[in-house]
Amino acid sequence: MEKMPKWADVVLIPVISLLLAAIISALVILFIGESPTEALSLMVKGALGSTYGWGYTLYYATNFLFTGLAVAVAAHAGLFNIGGEGQAMIGGLGLAIVCLYIPFPHWSIALLVAGLGAGLFGAAWAAIPAYLQAKRGSHIVITTIMFNFIAAAVLNYMLVNALKPKGAMDPSTAKFQEAAQLPSLHEILAPIGIEFSKSAPANVTLFVGLAACVVVWGLIWHTPLGHEIRALGKSERGAVYAGISPVRTIMVTMLISGALCGLMATNNVMGEAERLVLNATEGAGFIGIAVALMGRNHPFGVFLAAILFGFLYQGGAELALWTNIPSELIVVIQALVILFTGALDNMVRMPIEKIFIALRKENA
Amino acid sequence: MDFLTLIQVLDSTVRMATPLLLACLAGLFSERAGIFDIGLEGKMLMAAFFSAAIAAITGNVWLGLLAGIAASLALSALHGLASITFRGNQLISGVALNFLASGLTVLIAESWFQQGGRTPSLLTQGRFNGIELPFAIGPTDAEAAGRPLSELIANANVVQQLYSELISGHSILVYVSFLAVPLTWWVLFRTRFGLRLRAVGENPAAVDTAGISVVRLRFAAIAICGLLCGIAGAYLATGLQAGFVKEMTSGRGYIALAALIFAKWRPWHALGACLLFGLLQAVALRFQSIQLGGFTIPVQVMDALPYILTVVILAGFVGRAIPPRAGGQPYVKER
Repeated sequence: MEKMPKWADVVLIPVISLLLAAIISALVILFIGESPTEALSLMVKGALGSTYGWGYTLYYATNFLFTGLAVAVAAHAGLFNIGGEGQAMIGGLGLAIVCLYIPFPHWSIALLVAGLGAGLFGAAWAAIPAYLQAKRGSHIVITTIMFNFIAAAVLNYMLVNALKPKGAMDPSTAKFQEAAQLPSLHEILAPIGIEFSKSAPANVTLFVGLAACVVVWGLIWHTPLGHEIRALGKSERGAVYAGISPVRTIMVTMLISGALCGLMATNNVMGEAERLVLNATEGAGFIGIAVALMGRNHPFGVFLAAILFGFLYQGGAELALWTNIPSELIVVIQALVILFTGALDNMVRMPIEKIFIALRKENA
Repeated sequence: MDFLTLIQVLDSTVRMATPLLLACLAGLFSERAGIFDIGLEGKMLMAAFFSAAIAAITGNVWLGLLAGIAASLALSALHGLASITFRGNQLISGVALNFLASGLTVLIAESWFQQGGRTPSLLTQGRFNGIELPFAIGPTDAEAAGRPLSELIANANVVQQLYSELISGHSILVYVSFLAVPLTWWVLFRTRFGLRLRAVGENPAAVDTAGISVVRLRFAAIAICGLLCGIAGAYLATGLQAGFVKEMTSGRGYIALAALIFAKWRPWHALGACLLFGLLQAVALRFQSIQLGGFTIPVQVMDALPYILTVVILAGFVGRAIPPRAGGQPYVKER
């Protein structure tokens, strides 16, 4: 018999973990001499109070959708992909090469081909750690961490030595061609009569991210491959007994995970910056970990968590602008969310399980 | 490249290797006891901030060191709570600690000092300064002679150059870190505590059957880990540099982790691995790009080399790196 009802596992525990993270964040704000309630109202106003704020919230959320899904897909196979940051960096490199050297007639074709390039590069960057895990048993957590650093060095080298336009000072590519510029939410929503901020970076890739959620949901729960991935994650021995090849499944899972991280570049590189800069990913690969943990590795949960972190990012930027609270507050909140929903999960879970068991005994 | 330049690069290697070595030995204690620790980076960063902050406020570097160790131990305790007491995922806990340190240090630095996430620059009494060993040429000789130190050393003989530049003139923490290597070896391989600690990383059930507390041993291991990371962080902020700056560990915790795998979890090999990675950093610091027979090695390759080497080792192409068997698994006592 289950120790507690499903809703408690899916809703109650994440909410309690989130509350704990929020309470400690409030204490941290108090400790540095600011008011938590004022900070919260400023964040809500800055992130959700205008279409401009929403535009940024949704822009960040789009990034986190891709990286969160990537971590979630890998987690279903029992793999912890910490390499999202590097995969997204290399995805950006692939996308930049496509957008710089192939002329496009229309943004939709550009998005398709550039997305392909970004996904392929991201997948390729995940392929080596995946192969080493599958074939040689090297721990994927360590190899993906190492590949994040190697990716940063590769990107640095490519930008400084190969992609930087002649005579330019900062290490970044030239601006992409006009046809590769994606329509923003302002342009999409104007025809249906919604006035959306012109200067906010949210763009059409938000819908690509939402589509990715649906695709991942279908993949994990309604395809043979998804079944294999979940079986491997539950028990490797069981999976082998059922005739599933761990090597093949690990490879395919990590390629999908890497491709999803790579796809993030369609939003941050193609949609917003419209050129590749050195620190384009801004830690989004790591936020994917928090998003996947909070979302319980389910695409709908990832969607909600991505919006929440989008709100935190935009709200945090507003805080840094108007108060003495630096935007690193968000890093602390992110850490607390990972700590409570991930590492300290049992601390929240065990008392609640006890309560449910006690309740059931009373009823019986 | 002349002899003196070589010695200077080696001298810089020793300085760069020190925080790596301390963190690497810290990880060694933790992982040998079966607790994965990818939070070395965070502990070092936290210790770096608190040591610099307290040294800046009190003007006493020893109080700073204590504060750094205390901060690092606090994170260790949190890691223990998550991964030992509540049997959570050790990797996730480590990731969380790294972010916690990276955010909190800037937040508190901004609140205490308002200098954009850094501490004020430390003056002489707030830092660990170089120790002049007997008969070495140091700043006092330079002052007495009224000539710059570099000139005195350049004119000295080879042995004196080697002694004064490479061996003498480091801060106390550098010598501590090198002494920690034989000490670690002795504790792990020549004491009862060390035997039990290694056993708990390989087969905790056996240790438990013998009536020894797995939980207590593992907490002891991560406490030692916290202590060493604390010294490493304090060295970064009060020895190597004069004060804390945002993200000043810059991946050293991960390089230490790489060194640990490179050394296959053995103390003397850890020294070798850390010196190698320290040399890479020292070379990257001194030369922007290296000419090798008409072929230029870009500086980015030097940056990435520790990580590439670690992946090669992990791939098992140069001998297999086998971690402690119970590493990463929480121990559930049988009832």
